[in-house]
Amino acid sequence: ADIISTVEFNHSGELLATGDKGGRVVIFQQEQENKSQAHSRGEYNVYSTFQSHEPEFDYLKSLEIEEKINKIRWLPQKNAAQFLLSTNDKTIKLWKISERDKRPEGYNLKEEDGRYRDPTTVTTLRVPVFRPMDLMVEASPRRIFANAHTYHINSISINSDYETYLSADDLRINLWHLEITDRSFNIVDIKPANMEELTEVITAAEFHPNSCNTFVYSSSKGTIRLCDMRASALCDRHSKLFEEPEDPSNRSFFSEIISSISDVKFSHSGRYMMTRDYLSVKIWDLNMENRPVETYQVHEYLRSKLCSLYENDCIFDKFECCWNGSDIVMTGSYNNFFRMFDRNTKRDITLEASRENNKPRTVLKPRKVCASGKRKKDEISVDSLDFNKKILHTAWHPKENIIAVATTNNLYIFQDKTN
Amino acid sequence: QVTQEKETINPERAEEAKLKAKYPNLGQKPGGSDFLMKRLQKGQKYFDSGDYNMAKAKLKNKQFPSAGPEQNLVTGDHIPTPQDLPQRKSSLITSKLAG
Repeated sequence: ADIISTVEFNHSGELLATGDKGGRVVIFQQEQENKSQAHSRGEYNVYSTFQSHEPEFDYLKSLEIEEKINKIRWLPQKNAAQFLLSTNDKTIKLWKISERDKRPEGYNLKEEDGRYRDPTTVTTLRVPVFRPMDLMVEASPRRIFANAHTYHINSISINSDYETYLSADDLRINLWHLEITDRSFNIVDIKPANMEELTEVITAAEFHPNSCNTFVYSSSKGTIRLCDMRASALCDRHSKLFEEPEDPSNRSFFSEIISSISDVKFSHSGRYMMTRDYLSVKIWDLNMENRPVETYQVHEYLRSKLCSLYENDCIFDKFECCWNGSDIVMTGSYNNFFRMFDRNTKRDITLEASRENNKPRTVLKPRKVCASGKRKKDEISVDSLDFNKKILHTAWHPKENIIAVATTNNLYIFQDKTN
Repeated sequence: QVTQEKETINPERAEEAKLKAKYPNLGQKPGGSDFLMKRLQKGQKYFDSGDYNMAKAKLKNKQFPSAGPEQNLVTGDHIPTPQDLPQRKSSLITSKLAG
């Protein structure tokens, strides 16, 4: 129940939201910078916790609808309150998180504890005033977007117009208006007329960060389609198809499974997009469809372990990835390892999120996995990796070098060393 | 020797050979309909909403273990046999039909 299923910073980076398998959302807030300690960034403390989704029963299919939060996306802040969208497999909810630090006191007809006063005892009138109180953070559901998905929702993405958003399930993508809950437009439908002909499903979708008419969706076959909503109401025909040609002589039983894209993210500039498949991270230039501009191997040593990874289902793990602007990308791996790739220097690093191996406030030691042959000191052999310790969800602060890394049950927040 | 040859060329193919050796009946098209259909319908299937609610209640009871008559309940998991059911108390009023 405490398994973290999504992690997301808000637009300013001040707030960090996590969703878990039990349907709960926990929001952390960064402390104000301590002026006396120069260059020390604030720590993140719990700000609000609320139950976003509850388990439901689909009567028609006799299936349980899990309350697990699949994705959280923040809206940009427009007023004092914060808004986020959270979704499980079937229903998206818009939550308002607001602060209350004042309370009206001095009612004429009510005592302070809420009991009603006998009106006949009231001899004078007073004007109620607002007095400060301990900060209370309240979360309330403002919109519920339900009943628009037959299949399981894997992505939500807020448009750069800040008025609409998309939700994607295995076979369809819908466009919503944030104010309207009783209608949504279907913009992509890849369901075949005959389900026997089903060959691929939608795995992720995202709106372009600047062009409000453009979005992309990735598939289980390793392709990405870019669609332009100006072209037609139903974007079944893509504007661009990004696919890396495959060498047919290298094809194996596992090829399609490991090519399935588990996450797609645009760079902040919108010029590039990154995809994550089982073994690698690929950077694509939107102007070039026939191959990625860069490919980074996350854990190539697993290629010779695919048989066991298929048997224990790990080959189906869905890793996410994230950007630091347009220069550094980060993604998770097994054994609580996570990897970062610097596009400019071409350097990469493997780090570990674990309490046993890292004391707080110490610099993380780079890790190395020994694929074969003699294991050097401090290296870990592939066979000793713990495949139950997977880092599927990571997030990078939008402005600073602060990262959030989720292991199965714990959230780690790291920041770069400031001098 | 054939497997070793493959290993130097393509680790994926070697792994595929291992898998086929373990499961010779593995389908021709791994990314084909069956696999995707299972993905589309993830989640545990229940017989009906009553079955679902019983399972949820049992989960709740497991979280807060309370000894009591519930532990002797046999219904819900499997079809009970006459031996499983508690003995019926003999009625105070005997039926006119009984010998």
